[in-house]
Amino acid sequence: MTKRRVLPLVWMAFSGGGVTSAMFLPVLVFLFAFAFPLGWIDPPSGEHLRAILGNPLTFLVLLGIFTIMLVHAAHRFRYTLYDGLQLKWRWQIALLCYGGAVVGALAAFLILATAMG
Amino acid sequence: MSDLTWRRPISTWWWLRKRTYFVFVMRELSSLFVGWFVVFLLLLVRAVGRGDAAYHDFLDWADSPVVIAVNVVGFAFILLHTVTWFGVTPQAMALRVRGKPVPAPVVIAGQYVGLAVVTAFIWWLVTR
Repeated sequence: MTKRRVLPLVWMAFSGGGVTSAMFLPVLVFLFAFAFPLGWIDPPSGEHLRAILGNPLTFLVLLGIFTIMLVHAAHRFRYTLYDGLQLKWRWQIALLCYGGAVVGALAAFLILATAMG
Repeated sequence: MSDLTWRRPISTWWWLRKRTYFVFVMRELSSLFVGWFVVFLLLLVRAVGRGDAAYHDFLDWADSPVVIAVNVVGFAFILLHTVTWFGVTPQAMALRVRGKPVPAPVVIAGQYVGLAVVTAFIWWLVTR
């Protein structure tokens, strides 16, 4: 594929990932990084969470949002390194960022598929 | 042939010079924590899938001081991302309804309604 065909897709995933991370992460992080581990709210049972993860719709939604969030993070972090830190290793940074997102998306697929049972 | 496109080198620390530059770079850095929380949530999903013992080990790990510290910093970056992302959306996307442009405050308010709906739904789904 040519650059002209790939770039709009990356930008679309970047925007989509920006919206989904803005809407989904605050509540997910609040609950699973603070409220449950610190005991502010009784954590749900493993059985209840496995029932949610066992639903194919959960699998599709989580795989979708995790993937575009990773593309968003990769794309934005790439430009933070170029412009913010003025780093010059352009293709190495791009490879590291997008490669990381691809590896993360594959890992997400395997982990979610395994948890679905 | 000599290269005539010389550009004045920019300092690595240019973004410390002005408050607006600093906020810009902090906003962009939120991407690092978006990536971190995807990894964090995937570790949670993996632990839940492996059974109750692994799930409780995950909650204990998430309760350790280092992880809490990283997550507090990360959460602040996520909130910065949410507020700034909603704020620039009207400039990035010209939304029209029946040919008329939707005013910026309406686009921003609409996104906060979306945030509230998503938050309420996930809260209900997980804690019911």
